[in-house]
Amino acid sequence: MCGIVGLFLKNPALEEQLGAMFAPMLIEMTDRGPDSAGIAFYRDLPPRGFAKLTVFHPEPGFDWEAVRGAIRAELNATVTYEKNGSHIVIRTDAPARAAALLAEDTDPKIQIMSAGTAIEIYKEMGLPREVARRFELERMAGSHAVGHTRMATESAVTTAGSHLFSTGLDLCLVHNGSLSNHNRLRERLRDHEGMEFATENDTEVAAAYIANRLDKGRSLHEALEDCLTDLDGFYTFVAGTEDGFAVLRDPIACKPAVLAETPDYVAFGSEYRALAWLPGIGRAKVWEPEPAVVYSWGGRA
Amino acid sequence: MAGGSNVTVLDLERESLRAVNRRLQTVGAGAGPFRVSNPRGAHALACGLTAGIEVEIEGHTGYYCAGMNEAARVTVKGNAGVGVAENMMSGEVWVTGDASQSAAATAHGGLLVVEGNTAARCGISLKGGDIVVKGNVGHMSMFLAQAGNLVVLGDAGESLGDSIYEARIYVRGKVASLGADCIEKDMGEAHRADLAALLERAGCVDADVGAFRRYGSARALYHFKSENLDSY
Repeated sequence: MCGIVGLFLKNPALEEQLGAMFAPMLIEMTDRGPDSAGIAFYRDLPPRGFAKLTVFHPEPGFDWEAVRGAIRAELNATVTYEKNGSHIVIRTDAPARAAALLAEDTDPKIQIMSAGTAIEIYKEMGLPREVARRFELERMAGSHAVGHTRMATESAVTTAGSHLFSTGLDLCLVHNGSLSNHNRLRERLRDHEGMEFATENDTEVAAAYIANRLDKGRSLHEALEDCLTDLDGFYTFVAGTEDGFAVLRDPIACKPAVLAETPDYVAFGSEYRALAWLPGIGRAKVWEPEPAVVYSWGGRA
Repeated sequence: MAGGSNVTVLDLERESLRAVNRRLQTVGAGAGPFRVSNPRGAHALACGLTAGIEVEIEGHTGYYCAGMNEAARVTVKGNAGVGVAENMMSGEVWVTGDASQSAAATAHGGLLVVEGNTAARCGISLKGGDIVVKGNVGHMSMFLAQAGNLVVLGDAGESLGDSIYEARIYVRGKVASLGADCIEKDMGEAHRADLAALLERAGCVDADVGAFRRYGSARALYHFKSENLDSY
Protein backbone atom coordinates (compact mmCIF):
# COMPACT_ATOMS: atom_id res chain seq x y z
CA MET A 1 0.00 0.00 0.00
CA CYS A 2 1.24 3.55 0.79
CA GLY A 3 0.17 6.73 -0.93
CA ILE A 4 2.22 9.16 -2.95
CA VAL A 5 1.35 12.67 -4.02
CA GLY A 6 3.34 15.33 -5.82
CA LEU A 7 2.65 18.82 -7.11
CA PHE A 8 4.92 20.84 -9.39
CA LEU A 9 3.85 24.38 -10.23
CA LYS A 10 4.40 25.57 -13.79
CA ASN A 11 2.83 28.94 -13.00
CA PRO A 12 4.94 30.81 -10.38
CA ALA A 13 1.94 33.01 -9.53
CA LEU A 14 0.51 30.01 -7.62
CA GLU A 15 3.53 29.55 -5.32
CA GLU A 16 1.80 31.20 -2.35
CA GLN A 17 -0.95 28.55 -2.63
CA LEU A 18 1.28 25.46 -2.92
CA GLY A 19 0.63 24.25 0.63
CA ALA A 20 -3.10 24.92 0.42
CA MET A 21 -3.31 22.93 -2.84
CA PHE A 22 -1.02 20.15 -1.59
CA ALA A 23 -2.34 19.43 1.93
CA PRO A 24 -5.73 18.03 0.78
CA MET A 25 -3.89 15.73 -1.67
CA LEU A 26 -1.84 14.26 1.18
CA ILE A 27 -4.85 13.94 3.50
CA GLU A 28 -6.93 12.22 0.78
CA MET A 29 -4.30 9.44 0.74
CA THR A 30 -4.88 8.59 4.43
CA ASP A 31 -6.59 5.28 3.54
CA ARG A 32 -3.42 4.20 1.77
CA GLY A 33 -1.11 5.23 4.61
CA PRO A 34 -2.44 6.17 8.05
CA ASP A 35 0.72 5.42 10.09
CA SER A 36 3.01 8.30 9.22
CA ALA A 37 3.59 10.94 6.59
CA GLY A 38 6.58 12.66 5.06
CA ILE A 39 6.65 15.82 2.98
CA ALA A 40 9.34 17.52 0.91
CA PHE A 41 8.75 21.17 0.14
CA TYR A 42 10.90 23.14 -2.27
CA ARG A 43 10.69 26.73 -1.13
CA ASP A 44 12.25 29.83 0.22
CA LEU A 45 15.70 29.82 -1.44
CA PRO A 46 18.33 31.17 0.96
CA PRO A 47 20.73 33.93 -0.18
CA ARG A 48 23.52 32.88 -2.54
CA GLY A 49 26.27 31.01 -0.72
CA PHE A 50 23.88 29.81 1.99
CA ALA A 51 22.60 26.28 2.52
CA LYS A 52 19.52 25.00 4.27
CA LEU A 53 19.22 21.95 6.56
CA THR A 54 16.06 20.42 7.99
CA VAL A 55 16.77 18.69 11.30
CA PHE A 56 14.51 16.56 13.53
CA HIS A 57 14.65 15.74 17.22
CA PRO A 58 11.92 13.63 18.85
CA GLU A 59 11.91 15.48 22.21
CA PRO A 60 9.80 18.64 22.26
CA GLY A 61 12.04 20.36 24.80
CA PHE A 62 15.30 19.76 22.95
CA ASP A 63 17.69 22.72 23.10
CA TRP A 64 18.45 23.57 19.49
CA GLU A 65 21.00 26.22 20.53
CA ALA A 66 23.55 23.42 20.97
CA VAL A 67 23.25 22.60 17.26
CA ARG A 68 23.61 26.21 16.22
CA GLY A 69 26.61 26.63 18.53
CA ALA A 70 28.37 23.54 17.16
CA ILE A 71 28.13 24.60 13.51
CA ARG A 72 29.03 28.21 14.30
CA ALA A 73 32.09 27.30 16.38
CA GLU A 74 33.46 24.50 14.20
CA LEU A 75 32.93 26.09 10.82
CA ASN A 76 33.15 29.74 11.81
CA ALA A 77 29.83 30.24 10.03
CA THR A 78 26.68 32.31 10.26
CA VAL A 79 23.84 30.09 11.51
CA THR A 80 20.17 30.96 11.99
CA TYR A 81 17.24 28.63 12.47
CA GLU A 82 13.46 28.57 12.58
CA LYS A 83 11.45 26.01 14.50
CA ASN A 84 8.54 24.17 12.89
CA GLY A 85 7.04 21.50 15.16
CA SER A 86 9.62 18.84 15.95
CA HIS A 87 11.88 20.10 13.13
CA ILE A 88 14.06 23.14 12.58
CA VAL A 89 15.24 24.69 9.34
CA ILE A 90 18.83 25.90 9.60
CA ARG A 91 20.28 28.50 7.27
CA THR A 92 24.05 28.73 7.17
CA ASP A 93 26.88 29.92 4.95
CA ALA A 94 28.84 26.79 5.92
CA PRO A 95 29.00 23.97 3.35
CA ALA A 96 25.78 21.94 3.63
CA ARG A 97 27.40 18.50 4.07
CA ALA A 98 29.89 19.65 6.73
CA ALA A 99 27.15 21.46 8.66
CA ALA A 100 24.90 18.38 8.46
CA LEU A 101 27.63 16.12 9.89
CA LEU A 102 28.20 18.52 12.81
CA ALA A 103 24.49 18.88 13.54
CA GLU A 104 24.11 15.10 13.55
CA ASP A 105 26.94 14.71 16.11
CA THR A 106 25.36 17.15 18.57
CA ASP A 107 22.90 14.59 19.93
CA PRO A 108 22.38 10.87 19.25
CA LYS A 109 18.64 11.37 18.60
CA ILE A 110 19.12 14.06 15.97
CA GLN A 111 18.24 13.21 12.40
CA ILE A 112 19.12 15.24 9.34
CA MET A 113 15.99 15.19 7.19
CA SER A 114 17.35 17.13 4.23
CA ALA A 115 20.22 19.31 3.08
CA GLY A 116 20.41 21.65 0.12
CA THR A 117 19.08 25.05 -0.83
CA ALA A 118 15.38 24.79 -1.66
CA ILE A 119 14.48 21.47 -0.02
CA GLU A 120 12.81 21.10 3.39
CA ILE A 121 11.69 17.64 4.54
CA TYR A 122 9.27 17.01 7.38
CA LYS A 123 8.21 13.62 8.73
CA GLU A 124 5.98 12.62 11.60
CA MET A 125 4.05 9.64 12.84
CA GLY A 126 0.28 9.84 12.88
CA LEU A 127 -2.55 10.52 10.48
CA PRO A 128 -1.67 12.73 7.50
CA ARG A 129 -4.22 15.30 8.69
CA GLU A 130 -2.38 15.55 12.02
CA VAL A 131 1.02 15.75 10.35
CA ALA A 132 -0.19 18.49 8.00
CA ARG A 133 -1.59 20.41 10.97
CA ARG A 134 1.59 20.13 13.05
CA PHE A 135 3.74 21.65 10.31
CA GLU A 136 1.09 24.14 9.16
CA LEU A 137 1.38 22.70 5.69
CA GLU A 138 -1.50 24.71 4.25
CA ARG A 139 0.37 27.93 4.86
CA MET A 140 3.60 26.87 3.15
CA ALA A 141 4.52 28.57 -0.10
CA GLY A 142 6.88 26.95 -2.57
CA SER A 143 7.51 25.77 -6.12
CA HIS A 144 6.91 22.03 -5.74
CA ALA A 145 6.19 19.40 -3.13
CA VAL A 146 6.24 15.61 -2.78
CA GLY A 147 4.50 13.64 -0.07
CA HIS A 148 4.16 10.10 1.19
CA THR A 149 1.60 8.45 3.46
CA ARG A 150 2.88 5.22 4.94
CA MET A 151 1.18 1.96 5.85
CA ALA A 152 4.04 0.12 7.52
CA THR A 153 4.33 -3.48 6.35
CA GLU A 154 7.85 -4.66 7.15
CA SER A 155 9.47 -2.28 9.63
CA ALA A 156 8.37 -0.34 12.68
CA VAL A 157 6.29 2.82 12.59
CA THR A 158 8.96 5.40 13.46
CA THR A 159 9.82 8.82 12.17
CA ALA A 160 13.13 7.45 10.89
CA GLY A 161 11.40 4.68 8.97
CA SER A 162 8.97 7.13 7.38
CA HIS A 163 9.47 8.05 3.80
CA LEU A 164 10.58 10.08 1.96
CA PHE A 165 14.33 9.78 1.65
CA SER A 166 16.94 12.32 0.78
CA THR A 167 20.49 11.18 0.15
CA GLY A 168 21.77 14.01 -1.98
CA LEU A 169 21.60 17.78 -1.79
CA ASP A 170 18.10 18.93 -2.71
CA LEU A 171 17.11 15.42 -3.80
CA CYS A 172 14.05 13.61 -2.52
CA LEU A 173 12.56 10.28 -3.51
CA VAL A 174 9.30 8.55 -2.65
CA HIS A 175 8.67 4.98 -3.55
CA ASN A 176 5.67 2.69 -3.59
CA GLY A 177 6.78 -0.90 -4.04
CA SER A 178 9.73 -3.04 -3.06
CA LEU A 179 13.16 -3.56 -4.62
CA SER A 180 14.69 -7.01 -4.88
CA ASN A 181 18.34 -6.14 -5.55
CA HIS A 182 18.84 -3.37 -2.98
CA ASN A 183 21.29 -5.31 -0.77
CA ARG A 184 23.78 -5.84 -3.58
CA LEU A 185 23.30 -2.30 -4.86
CA ARG A 186 23.82 -0.88 -1.35
CA GLU A 187 27.10 -2.83 -1.09
CA ARG A 188 28.23 -1.54 -4.48
CA LEU A 189 27.41 2.08 -3.63
CA ARG A 190 29.05 1.77 -0.20
CA ASP A 191 32.21 -0.06 -1.31
CA HIS A 192 32.85 1.57 -4.66
CA GLU A 193 31.19 4.98 -4.45
CA GLY A 194 31.79 5.74 -0.74
CA MET A 195 28.10 6.37 -0.03
CA GLU A 196 26.72 6.03 3.50
CA PHE A 197 23.42 4.52 4.56
CA ALA A 198 21.37 5.19 7.67
CA THR A 199 18.80 2.38 7.34
CA GLU A 200 18.23 -1.07 5.82
CA ASN A 201 15.45 0.44 3.71
CA ASP A 202 15.31 -0.33 -0.04
CA THR A 203 14.06 3.16 -0.91
CA GLU A 204 17.12 4.72 0.68
CA VAL A 205 19.25 2.64 -1.70
CA ALA A 206 17.27 3.90 -4.69
CA ALA A 207 17.63 7.49 -3.47
CA ALA A 208 21.38 6.97 -3.02
CA TYR A 209 21.65 5.45 -6.47
CA ILE A 210 19.89 8.43 -8.05
CA ALA A 211 22.04 10.87 -6.03
CA ASN A 212 25.13 9.05 -7.28
CA ARG A 213 23.98 9.30 -10.91
CA LEU A 214 23.27 13.03 -10.47
CA ASP A 215 26.76 13.48 -8.97
CA LYS A 216 28.15 11.86 -12.10
CA GLY A 217 26.52 14.57 -14.21
CA ARG A 218 23.33 12.79 -15.26
CA SER A 219 20.14 14.88 -15.31
CA LEU A 220 17.21 13.79 -13.13
CA HIS A 221 15.49 12.44 -16.26
CA GLU A 222 18.60 10.45 -17.25
CA ALA A 223 19.17 9.22 -13.68
CA LEU A 224 15.67 7.75 -13.63
CA GLU A 225 16.27 6.15 -17.02
CA ASP A 226 19.36 4.51 -15.47
CA CYS A 227 17.10 3.05 -12.74
CA LEU A 228 15.42 0.92 -15.42
CA THR A 229 18.73 -0.86 -16.01
CA ASP A 230 20.07 -1.13 -12.46
CA LEU A 231 17.07 -1.51 -10.19
CA ASP A 232 15.07 -4.72 -9.96
CA GLY A 233 11.68 -4.94 -8.32
CA PHE A 234 8.40 -3.10 -8.07
CA TYR A 235 8.39 0.65 -7.93
CA THR A 236 6.54 3.81 -8.64
CA PHE A 237 9.01 6.64 -8.00
CA VAL A 238 8.39 10.35 -7.64
CA ALA A 239 11.60 12.36 -7.36
CA GLY A 240 12.27 16.03 -6.77
CA THR A 241 15.34 18.20 -7.19
CA GLU A 242 15.88 21.91 -6.57
CA ASP A 243 13.99 22.80 -9.75
CA GLY A 244 12.86 19.46 -11.20
CA PHE A 245 10.14 16.84 -10.74
CA ALA A 246 10.04 13.35 -12.25
CA VAL A 247 7.97 10.15 -12.23
CA LEU A 248 8.88 6.57 -13.16
CA ARG A 249 7.05 3.25 -12.93
CA ASP A 250 8.79 -0.11 -13.31
CA PRO A 251 8.09 -2.13 -16.49
CA ILE A 252 5.45 -4.31 -14.77
CA ALA A 253 3.71 -1.24 -13.30
CA CYS A 254 1.84 -3.01 -10.48
CA LYS A 255 1.85 0.07 -8.29
CA PRO A 256 -0.78 2.66 -9.07
CA ALA A 257 -0.07 6.13 -10.48
CA VAL A 258 -2.08 8.94 -12.02
CA LEU A 259 -0.74 12.17 -13.52
CA ALA A 260 -2.65 15.36 -14.27
CA GLU A 261 -1.37 18.38 -16.16
CA THR A 262 -2.79 21.85 -16.74
CA PRO A 263 -1.03 25.04 -17.90
CA ASP A 264 -0.60 25.84 -14.16
CA TYR A 265 0.70 22.60 -12.65
CA VAL A 266 1.61 18.94 -12.90
CA ALA A 267 0.13 16.73 -10.18
CA PHE A 268 0.81 13.13 -9.25
CA GLY A 269 -1.35 10.86 -7.10
CA SER A 270 -1.39 7.15 -6.29
CA GLU A 271 -5.06 7.50 -7.15
CA TYR A 272 -7.11 10.09 -8.98
CA ARG A 273 -9.07 11.00 -5.83
CA ALA A 274 -5.92 12.66 -4.45
CA LEU A 275 -6.10 15.10 -7.38
CA ALA A 276 -9.88 15.56 -7.44
CA TRP A 277 -9.86 18.73 -5.34
CA LEU A 278 -7.22 20.63 -7.29
CA PRO A 279 -8.38 23.85 -8.98
CA GLY A 280 -8.95 23.36 -12.70
CA ILE A 281 -8.76 19.54 -12.49
CA GLY A 282 -11.92 19.27 -14.61
CA ARG A 283 -9.99 20.64 -17.57
CA ALA A 284 -6.70 18.86 -16.83
CA LYS A 285 -5.19 16.17 -19.00
CA VAL A 286 -5.41 13.11 -16.74
CA TRP A 287 -3.53 9.91 -17.55
CA GLU A 288 -1.74 6.91 -16.12
CA PRO A 289 2.03 7.06 -16.64
CA GLU A 290 3.14 4.26 -18.99
CA PRO A 291 5.33 1.48 -17.59
CA ALA A 292 9.11 2.09 -17.93
CA VAL A 293 8.70 5.65 -19.24
CA VAL A 294 10.33 8.59 -17.45
CA TYR A 295 8.21 11.74 -17.17
CA SER A 296 9.99 14.91 -16.04
CA TRP A 297 9.36 18.60 -15.71
CA GLY A 298 11.68 21.51 -14.92
CA GLY A 299 15.34 20.95 -14.15
CA ARG A 300 17.88 20.21 -16.83
CA ALA A 301 16.62 18.03 -19.70
CA MET B 1 -28.81 9.62 -21.67
CA ALA B 2 -31.21 12.39 -22.58
CA GLY B 3 -31.09 15.48 -20.45
CA GLY B 4 -34.81 15.28 -19.70
CA SER B 5 -36.43 16.24 -16.43
CA ASN B 6 -37.01 12.59 -15.50
CA VAL B 7 -33.31 12.14 -14.67
CA THR B 8 -32.64 11.51 -10.98
CA VAL B 9 -29.45 13.25 -9.89
CA LEU B 10 -27.41 11.65 -7.09
CA ASP B 11 -24.79 14.12 -5.89
CA LEU B 12 -21.83 12.61 -4.03
CA GLU B 13 -21.09 16.01 -2.59
CA ARG B 14 -24.38 15.81 -0.68
CA GLU B 15 -24.92 12.08 -0.23
CA SER B 16 -22.53 9.42 1.01
CA LEU B 17 -21.13 6.85 -1.37
CA ARG B 18 -22.88 4.14 0.61
CA ALA B 19 -26.25 5.90 0.33
CA VAL B 20 -25.85 6.40 -3.43
CA ASN B 21 -24.83 2.78 -3.97
CA ARG B 22 -27.69 1.47 -1.82
CA ARG B 23 -30.18 3.51 -3.82
CA LEU B 24 -28.85 2.20 -7.13
CA GLN B 25 -28.75 -1.36 -5.80
CA THR B 26 -32.34 -1.41 -4.52
CA VAL B 27 -34.36 0.34 -7.25
CA GLY B 28 -36.39 -1.69 -9.74
CA ALA B 29 -35.83 -2.07 -13.46
CA GLY B 30 -38.18 0.77 -14.43
CA ALA B 31 -36.45 3.39 -12.27
CA GLY B 32 -34.14 6.18 -13.36
CA PRO B 33 -32.34 7.11 -15.39
CA PHE B 34 -29.76 8.22 -12.80
CA ARG B 35 -26.96 10.71 -13.03
CA VAL B 36 -24.18 10.59 -10.39
CA SER B 37 -22.33 13.87 -9.99
CA ASN B 38 -19.04 14.68 -8.21
CA PRO B 39 -17.59 11.12 -8.20
CA ARG B 40 -14.08 12.53 -7.53
CA GLY B 41 -12.39 9.15 -7.94
CA ALA B 42 -14.56 7.36 -5.37
CA HIS B 43 -14.06 3.60 -5.07
CA ALA B 44 -16.68 0.89 -5.77
CA LEU B 45 -19.15 3.36 -7.22
CA ALA B 46 -22.29 1.82 -8.80
CA CYS B 47 -21.09 -1.68 -8.00
CA GLY B 48 -23.38 -4.64 -7.43
CA LEU B 49 -26.28 -3.30 -9.50
CA THR B 50 -28.88 -5.95 -10.39
CA ALA B 51 -31.67 -4.07 -12.20
CA GLY B 52 -31.75 -2.96 -15.83
CA ILE B 53 -31.32 0.73 -15.00
CA GLU B 54 -29.30 3.42 -16.71
CA VAL B 55 -26.60 5.21 -14.68
CA GLU B 56 -24.37 7.99 -15.96
CA ILE B 57 -21.41 9.05 -13.83
CA GLU B 58 -20.17 12.55 -14.52
CA GLY B 59 -16.43 12.41 -13.97
CA HIS B 60 -13.49 10.13 -13.15
CA THR B 61 -14.06 7.10 -10.92
CA GLY B 62 -11.80 5.13 -8.56
CA TYR B 63 -11.33 1.39 -8.12
CA TYR B 64 -13.93 -1.27 -9.06
CA CYS B 65 -16.54 1.02 -10.59
CA ALA B 66 -19.60 -0.98 -11.77
CA GLY B 67 -18.08 -4.17 -10.38
CA MET B 68 -20.29 -7.29 -10.46
CA ASN B 69 -22.71 -5.42 -12.73
CA GLU B 70 -25.86 -7.28 -13.71
CA ALA B 71 -28.32 -5.93 -16.32
CA ALA B 72 -27.56 -2.23 -15.68
CA ARG B 73 -26.01 0.11 -18.22
CA VAL B 74 -23.37 2.26 -16.51
CA THR B 75 -21.56 5.07 -18.33
CA VAL B 76 -18.46 6.73 -16.88
CA LYS B 77 -17.97 10.13 -18.49
CA GLY B 78 -14.26 10.28 -17.74
CA ASN B 79 -11.53 7.83 -16.76
CA ALA B 80 -12.12 4.70 -14.68
CA GLY B 81 -9.73 3.38 -12.03
CA VAL B 82 -8.45 -0.16 -11.45
CA GLY B 83 -10.87 -3.03 -12.11
CA VAL B 84 -13.77 -1.27 -13.81
CA ALA B 85 -16.62 -3.76 -14.44
CA GLU B 86 -14.70 -6.51 -12.67
CA ASN B 87 -16.72 -9.71 -12.45
CA MET B 88 -19.51 -8.20 -14.57
CA MET B 89 -22.33 -10.73 -15.16
CA SER B 90 -24.41 -8.91 -17.79
CA GLY B 91 -25.41 -5.41 -18.89
CA GLU B 92 -23.08 -2.76 -20.31
CA VAL B 93 -20.36 -0.51 -18.95
CA TRP B 94 -19.06 2.35 -21.08
CA VAL B 95 -16.00 4.46 -20.26
CA THR B 96 -15.61 7.59 -22.38
CA GLY B 97 -11.99 8.13 -21.28
CA ASP B 98 -9.26 5.64 -20.34
CA ALA B 99 -9.53 2.65 -18.02
CA SER B 100 -6.81 1.62 -15.56
CA GLN B 101 -5.48 -1.89 -14.99
CA SER B 102 -7.52 -5.11 -14.92
CA ALA B 103 -10.56 -3.71 -16.74
CA ALA B 104 -13.40 -6.29 -16.83
CA ALA B 105 -11.31 -8.78 -14.86
CA THR B 106 -13.08 -12.16 -14.54
CA ALA B 107 -16.23 -10.78 -16.24
CA HIS B 108 -18.70 -13.61 -16.91
CA GLY B 109 -20.91 -11.67 -19.32
CA GLY B 110 -21.97 -8.21 -20.45
CA LEU B 111 -20.06 -5.69 -22.55
CA LEU B 112 -17.36 -3.22 -21.51
CA VAL B 113 -16.59 -0.46 -24.02
CA VAL B 114 -13.59 1.81 -23.42
CA GLU B 115 -13.39 4.78 -25.78
CA GLY B 116 -9.78 5.52 -24.83
CA ASN B 117 -6.96 3.18 -23.77
CA THR B 118 -6.70 0.62 -21.01
CA ALA B 119 -3.64 -0.02 -18.84
CA ALA B 120 -2.20 -3.49 -18.23
CA ARG B 121 -4.09 -6.78 -17.78
CA CYS B 122 -7.29 -5.78 -19.55
CA GLY B 123 -9.65 -8.79 -19.45
CA ILE B 124 -7.47 -10.79 -17.06
CA SER B 125 -9.11 -14.17 -16.38
CA LEU B 126 -12.12 -13.21 -18.52
CA LYS B 127 -14.87 -15.81 -18.13
CA GLY B 128 -17.33 -14.94 -20.89
CA GLY B 129 -17.74 -11.15 -21.07
CA ASP B 130 -17.01 -9.00 -24.12
CA ILE B 131 -14.62 -6.03 -24.20
CA VAL B 132 -14.19 -3.45 -26.96
CA VAL B 133 -11.31 -0.99 -26.53
CA LYS B 134 -11.17 1.79 -29.11
CA GLY B 135 -7.60 2.76 -28.20
CA ASN B 136 -4.72 0.57 -27.02
CA VAL B 137 -4.48 -2.08 -24.31
CA GLY B 138 -1.51 -2.48 -21.93
CA HIS B 139 0.74 -5.47 -21.33
CA MET B 140 -0.49 -8.92 -20.22
CA SER B 141 -4.02 -8.26 -21.45
CA MET B 142 -6.30 -11.35 -21.49
CA PHE B 143 -3.87 -13.20 -19.20
CA LEU B 144 -5.47 -16.58 -18.40
CA ALA B 145 -8.70 -15.54 -20.16
CA GLN B 146 -11.07 -18.50 -20.38
CA ALA B 147 -14.02 -17.35 -22.50
CA GLY B 148 -15.36 -14.17 -24.09
CA ASN B 149 -13.93 -11.66 -26.55
CA LEU B 150 -11.51 -8.73 -26.51
CA VAL B 151 -11.59 -6.36 -29.50
CA VAL B 152 -8.79 -3.78 -29.71
CA LEU B 153 -8.96 -1.08 -32.38
CA GLY B 154 -5.51 0.25 -31.48
CA ASP B 155 -2.37 -1.63 -30.42
CA ALA B 156 -1.80 -4.31 -27.78
CA GLY B 157 1.10 -4.30 -25.28
CA GLU B 158 3.53 -7.10 -24.51
CA SER B 159 2.57 -10.71 -23.71
CA LEU B 160 -0.95 -10.48 -25.10
CA GLY B 161 -3.07 -13.49 -24.19
CA ASP B 162 -0.50 -15.22 -22.02
CA SER B 163 -1.73 -18.70 -20.97
CA ILE B 164 -5.08 -18.03 -22.64
CA TYR B 165 -7.80 -20.71 -22.76
CA GLU B 166 -10.78 -20.45 -25.14
CA ALA B 167 -11.25 -16.65 -25.16
CA ARG B 168 -10.78 -14.79 -28.46
CA ILE B 169 -8.77 -11.67 -29.17
CA TYR B 170 -9.15 -9.39 -32.22
CA VAL B 171 -6.56 -6.62 -32.74
CA ARG B 172 -6.55 -4.05 -35.54
CA GLY B 173 -3.21 -2.43 -34.70
CA LYS B 174 0.20 -3.79 -33.73
CA VAL B 175 0.80 -6.46 -31.10
CA ALA B 176 4.04 -5.83 -29.16
CA SER B 177 4.38 -9.55 -28.39
CA LEU B 178 2.25 -12.62 -27.75
CA GLY B 179 2.34 -14.37 -24.38
CA ALA B 180 2.99 -18.07 -23.76
CA ASP B 181 0.70 -20.36 -25.75
CA CYS B 182 -1.02 -17.47 -27.57
CA ILE B 183 -0.88 -17.56 -31.38
CA GLU B 184 -2.41 -15.83 -34.37
CA LYS B 185 -5.34 -17.82 -35.77
CA ASP B 186 -7.38 -17.80 -38.96
CA MET B 187 -10.43 -15.61 -39.26
CA GLY B 188 -13.38 -17.78 -40.22
CA GLU B 189 -16.84 -16.60 -41.27
CA ALA B 190 -18.20 -17.16 -37.78
CA HIS B 191 -15.38 -15.03 -36.31
CA ARG B 192 -16.06 -12.24 -38.78
CA ALA B 193 -19.72 -12.27 -37.88
CA ASP B 194 -18.96 -12.23 -34.12
CA LEU B 195 -16.48 -9.37 -34.57
CA ALA B 196 -18.88 -7.35 -36.75
CA ALA B 197 -21.63 -7.74 -34.14
CA LEU B 198 -19.33 -6.60 -31.32
CA LEU B 199 -18.12 -3.60 -33.31
CA GLU B 200 -21.70 -2.65 -34.04
CA ARG B 201 -22.69 -2.93 -30.37
CA ALA B 202 -19.74 -0.66 -29.47
CA GLY B 203 -20.78 1.89 -32.09
CA CYS B 204 -17.69 1.39 -34.28
CA VAL B 205 -19.62 1.81 -37.52
CA ASP B 206 -16.59 2.59 -39.70
CA ALA B 207 -14.32 -0.22 -38.51
CA ASP B 208 -13.47 -2.73 -41.25
CA VAL B 209 -13.65 -6.31 -40.01
CA GLY B 210 -11.02 -7.29 -42.59
CA ALA B 211 -8.42 -5.05 -40.90
CA PHE B 212 -8.36 -7.22 -37.72
CA ARG B 213 -6.25 -10.22 -36.85
CA ARG B 214 -7.42 -12.93 -34.50
CA TYR B 215 -5.39 -14.43 -31.63
CA GLY B 216 -6.14 -17.33 -29.34
CA SER B 217 -4.78 -20.39 -27.58
CA ALA B 218 -2.36 -22.84 -29.21
CA ARG B 219 -3.71 -25.30 -26.59
CA ALA B 220 -0.19 -26.56 -25.98
CA LEU B 221 -0.41 -25.96 -22.22
CA TYR B 222 -3.68 -27.80 -21.76
CA HIS B 223 -2.34 -31.29 -21.17
CA PHE B 224 0.53 -32.78 -19.31
CA LYS B 225 3.18 -34.13 -21.67
CA SER B 226 5.01 -37.24 -20.54
CA GLU B 227 8.32 -35.98 -22.00
CA ASN B 228 8.20 -33.20 -19.36
CA LEU B 229 8.08 -35.70 -16.52
CA ASP B 230 11.70 -35.05 -15.57
CA SER B 231 10.87 -31.42 -14.78
CA TYR B 232 8.72 -32.44 -11.81
